[in-house]
Amino acid sequence: MGSYIIRRVLQMIPVFLGATFLIFVMVYALPGDPIAAMFGDKAADPAQVASLRHKYYLDQPLWKQYLHYMNNLFHLDFGTSFTGRSVADIMADAFPVTIRLALVAFFFEIVVGLPLGVLSGLKRGTIWDTLVLIITLLVISIPVFVLGYIAQTVFATDLGWVTPTVQDSEDITQLILPGAVLAALSLAYVARLTRTSIGENLRADYIRTATAKGLPRRTIVTRHLLRNSLIPVVTFLGTDLGALMGGAIVTEGIFNIKGVGNILYRAIGQKEGPTVVGIVTVLVVVYLVASLLVDLLYAVLDPRIRYA
Amino acid sequence: MTTAVEFGRSERQEPYPGPLLEVRDLHVEFKTRDGVAKAVNGVNYTVSAGETLAVLGESGSGKSVTAQAIMGILDMPPARIPQGEILYRGQDLLKMGREERRRIRGQRIAMIFQDALSSLNPVLSVGHQLGEMFRAHRGASRAEAKARSIELMDRVRIPAAKDRVSDYPHQFSGGMRQRIMIAMALALEPDLIIADEPTTALDVTVQAQVMDLLAELQAEYHMGLILITHDLGVVADVADKIAVMYAGRIVETAPVHELYASPAHPYTRGLLDSIPRLDQKGQELYAIKGLPPNLLRIPPGCAFNPRCPRAQEICRQEVPRLFDVTAADGTPAPGRGSACFFWKETLDDA
Repeated sequence: MGSYIIRRVLQMIPVFLGATFLIFVMVYALPGDPIAAMFGDKAADPAQVASLRHKYYLDQPLWKQYLHYMNNLFHLDFGTSFTGRSVADIMADAFPVTIRLALVAFFFEIVVGLPLGVLSGLKRGTIWDTLVLIITLLVISIPVFVLGYIAQTVFATDLGWVTPTVQDSEDITQLILPGAVLAALSLAYVARLTRTSIGENLRADYIRTATAKGLPRRTIVTRHLLRNSLIPVVTFLGTDLGALMGGAIVTEGIFNIKGVGNILYRAIGQKEGPTVVGIVTVLVVVYLVASLLVDLLYAVLDPRIRYA
Repeated sequence: MTTAVEFGRSERQEPYPGPLLEVRDLHVEFKTRDGVAKAVNGVNYTVSAGETLAVLGESGSGKSVTAQAIMGILDMPPARIPQGEILYRGQDLLKMGREERRRIRGQRIAMIFQDALSSLNPVLSVGHQLGEMFRAHRGASRAEAKARSIELMDRVRIPAAKDRVSDYPHQFSGGMRQRIMIAMALALEPDLIIADEPTTALDVTVQAQVMDLLAELQAEYHMGLILITHDLGVVADVADKIAVMYAGRIVETAPVHELYASPAHPYTRGLLDSIPRLDQKGQELYAIKGLPPNLLRIPPGCAFNPRCPRAQEICRQEVPRLFDVTAADGTPAPGRGSACFFWKETLDDA
């Protein structure tokens, strides 16, 4: 197990380098000149432009820029955005917001999605099953921005239960509605995945054995059925938590949450190279770590999987 | 350790005078999209303590479905039992409440399945799965259950039981896994064990070991054993009597050696003739022509008639009951029966 983890961590290095390089190239290959954009409609003073270019290292060839960036990165310096704010500062503001929102959404996925899936899996073919299937199908088919605006209109504008946008992201109660909207799609997937998995395992030979042993129904379901059925669901949830940490551009946009998705979206629009590359670099690491944790969790859940 | 042993024995049943299990006119059908499949159509058999009944038949003959009906592990629906009784110690299992039935399962009547790898839960240790029997039925503590599991593994001769009790099913060989299934069935010392093709998934050498172990334990505990198989070779050594099934009916019953020596049903005859024999090396193997019937459309009359070399008009019209078979010289042959209008002729041919 130990050597497996070390190998996986080592494998992360080329993935990390490759991913950051690609992002770096793509951001700097974007058309438009961020320095010229700083001056808006005003004519730029060539001397000032040149000094700015030099300051942001833009007068160097791309590969040198990349090396310079990576060098700073290893000193935990994410650089400075064109607005003059340190990228580390920007991220330190955005990530806690996104993490809070992600956890609220994750909570909904588990607390609502899992039981729905178990219910419909166990009661296959009944009205409950049909109901869950229809609701999840609806949620999957409706785009997030539609769902988001409907939720906003109904719960904030019409019912007045919440404010239409998030005023204070430290207040978890304000994150409930956006969290639910953000969770909706994955929640539907979790419910359906659980349902399928339970349905498959319910017909498995070892469930028949457990019944033949005269075990009480509750033991059969919780010990034998759920333990096996939840393996694929847990892996999905793990990967999804990684995705949620990446921020939610649409949901954060609708509810005006200053999270990673929101910042990233604006930074791309304003060709804020250092901010975009900085955030994406952190996200790459988050994904890599999340997928490693999922793989390790998988081995814990299923003893047949051994990493050596 | 003494307390653990007493603890296991405490619920041992008193000997029962009659047959332990009596299946009477059992019918099982399955509702499918294309109609009703009649899997079992009036099966009768009995098993007494210490006796081994072999139920022989091809897949689809209803042998496993009958066993599952006895265990009460059929999925109902789609399965339905429109008719019949299953008497265990004189009590009809089919009329019992769910909870009462559950207490009999595993405790009084236990079952061993064919494929031990898929029949054991892959994510729970074998110790957990064995110990569960004591925990669920006897309210044993974790430690007690573990001690009893090790004892059981010893009894089915799994080497180094103490070290292996926390291992998972995939870490055992096929033969060892089937021993664990046997240990599980044996855990609460049931009266009756139903073994559904217990050796089919194993290597031939391991098959013999597992069969010997099963027969030995059965004798030791004086249990009834229903051995379901399609393998004529497995049956010969261990069974006392045989019931041959075809299309959900018993077509022939006989004490084991008489069946081999003089089959009284053309289907049994066909089965025996299809065993490859060394003295016929090089010749084409005998095969019963045709295929087993579709259970949605069992042919009228005797279900075997389209494949039977002896079929007459009456076979296509009337369902033969199980006739009492007498020996060639007219003396009665106890325990023998054949569901063939021409059992006498079949017997004479042999």
